[in-house]
Amino acid sequence: MTDQTAAAPRALKAERYATLRRLLGTPTGAIASLVVAAFVIAALAAPWVAPYDPNAIDPINRMQGPSAAHWLGTDQLGRDLLSRIVFGTRTALYIALTGTGAALGVGMAMGMIAGLGGKILDSALVLLNDSIKSLPLVLFALALVTIYGASVPALIVIIAISMAPGYFRVVRNQVLVLNNADFIVAAQSMGASRIRLAATHMLPNLIGPILVLIAMDIPAVIGIESGLSFLGQGIQPPQSSWGNMLSEGYTYVRQAPHIAIAAGLPIVLSTIAFTFLGETLRDALDPRRAVRT
Amino acid sequence: MTTYLLRRFALGLCVLIVSMLLLFVLIYAVPGDPASIALGPRASEAQKAFFREQMGLDQPLAMQAASFLWNLLHGDFGTDILSQRPVADLVFAALPRTVTLAVVGVIWAAAIGTPLGIWAALRPNTFIDWLIGVISTSVVALPAFLMAIYALILFAVMLNWFPAIGAGEPGDLLDQLHHLALPAFAIGVAWVGYIARLVRVSMLETLAQPHVRTYRSFGVSDLRIALRYVLPIAVVPVISVLGVGIGNLLSGAVLVEVVFSRPGLGSLAYDAVLSRNFPVLLGAVVVTTGLYVLANFLADALIAYLDPRLAEKG
Repeated sequence: MTDQTAAAPRALKAERYATLRRLLGTPTGAIASLVVAAFVIAALAAPWVAPYDPNAIDPINRMQGPSAAHWLGTDQLGRDLLSRIVFGTRTALYIALTGTGAALGVGMAMGMIAGLGGKILDSALVLLNDSIKSLPLVLFALALVTIYGASVPALIVIIAISMAPGYFRVVRNQVLVLNNADFIVAAQSMGASRIRLAATHMLPNLIGPILVLIAMDIPAVIGIESGLSFLGQGIQPPQSSWGNMLSEGYTYVRQAPHIAIAAGLPIVLSTIAFTFLGETLRDALDPRRAVRT
Repeated sequence: MTTYLLRRFALGLCVLIVSMLLLFVLIYAVPGDPASIALGPRASEAQKAFFREQMGLDQPLAMQAASFLWNLLHGDFGTDILSQRPVADLVFAALPRTVTLAVVGVIWAAAIGTPLGIWAALRPNTFIDWLIGVISTSVVALPAFLMAIYALILFAVMLNWFPAIGAGEPGDLLDQLHHLALPAFAIGVAWVGYIARLVRVSMLETLAQPHVRTYRSFGVSDLRIALRYVLPIAVVPVISVLGVGIGNLLSGAVLVEVVFSRPGLGSLAYDAVLSRNFPVLLGAVVVTTGLYVLANFLADALIAYLDPRLAEKG
């Protein structure tokens, strides 16, 4: 008996270690993790990583192509594009994390209520989430921005609303499955309250699928933020954002196409990296799936 | 089958009503006078009064929601602040262009993505399967508008193969197709990956079923099994995903239209944002939502036709 209780935490630790090893063990997973890590470091250490002040104007050297001094060139005001991209990483990751975080909070709360709250509540919430999914994201965002104004909080609210159904579905389905699982029934029979059930028995089982969904949603959020900023309805200048840079580059696309090309690079790199991270994470957390398909 | 379709239809109608109510709540929750905020400084008092009346801002909340809903479901989205034309006219004039763009985008994506998915499924766990997997996963999350900008730079600005702006001369089909090429390409890129992955997984699942083994034991060739017997079954989940994906697709089309200055729902909405023409935006959102609900219903109907077992299950 004592042997078994001592072995359990060790097995759990080994399991986590195995997940990490599976994540870094595939070439795509390892590269994706590295790229994501590079973006996170760029965001955290932007002032030290960026070669120039992202807002320093240098009219003499404006619209210069890539060179030794400016690796990705300069924009229409002579600002260093690489430095602006590095600082834009802060904006992109901030929106991506707060946006998905808010969506997770809203979706999880709805999912828990639907899963534990009975049939009528469940049907109503499913209908609500289906309805949210039916709203066309970009047009919906433009409509909201027109009334509420373009700002970072507005952007986060839009992302939270439109991304919440994904988390709702995962949490609800998982809770419905777990409702009938033996260990939940056992906990229930020992008098555990619903809130205690949700917090201590269900949440830990949700972490895996939710992590995967977050990794998959981050590219989508980056796309939404840069798309709205490209239309001038997302992040407002002078705050650097990849979408703003794209919008400026688009204006000068004939004179200086390198601006738009450079501004698009971090979007391409980050969306691909996060997608692969999500894929590998899913396979790593559920090895059976990786073998089967 | 009829009960199934009726139920799906009723559900679609519920979804449409709830999403309109959601819009109402979000508009109503704005602090200040909704009419002034929604219509902006350019609107006249008469227009504001009409908007208030249209939304029933002088009535009790429940009545307001009801009249808002009633007007929208009748296709009455109010009038354009600038041109004084009914919003419904503007939106329905722009809609076919956007739908054409989206449909052409998906068709070329399906034409490339489906064979890629079949190829990968027939050679599972080989290098080619891995390569197709890596390519599909790479493109799947790329934003369409970014692909549009890159395609514009490469093919229109640098190589000058395709025009950069507009939709072509009316009546000149060849010119219109020439203008459609780059936007449709940009929209389809992500879908090539998406469809290839879906077809692969779906094919693998179907290939593992017992009836496929029977065909094989009768000496039917692998390719014939794949195309004649497996693909029609494997394509069912792809259709349902396409139905759900139409929202994404239209969102992509909206941004791509702005990049290429193509007339359509996207350009209409973008101009409406710049001139704070809220009724036009609301109309665009409502019509697109309706389109999404309709597309989902059609996908459900098509699936029920292709695979009646699903309809019986409900």
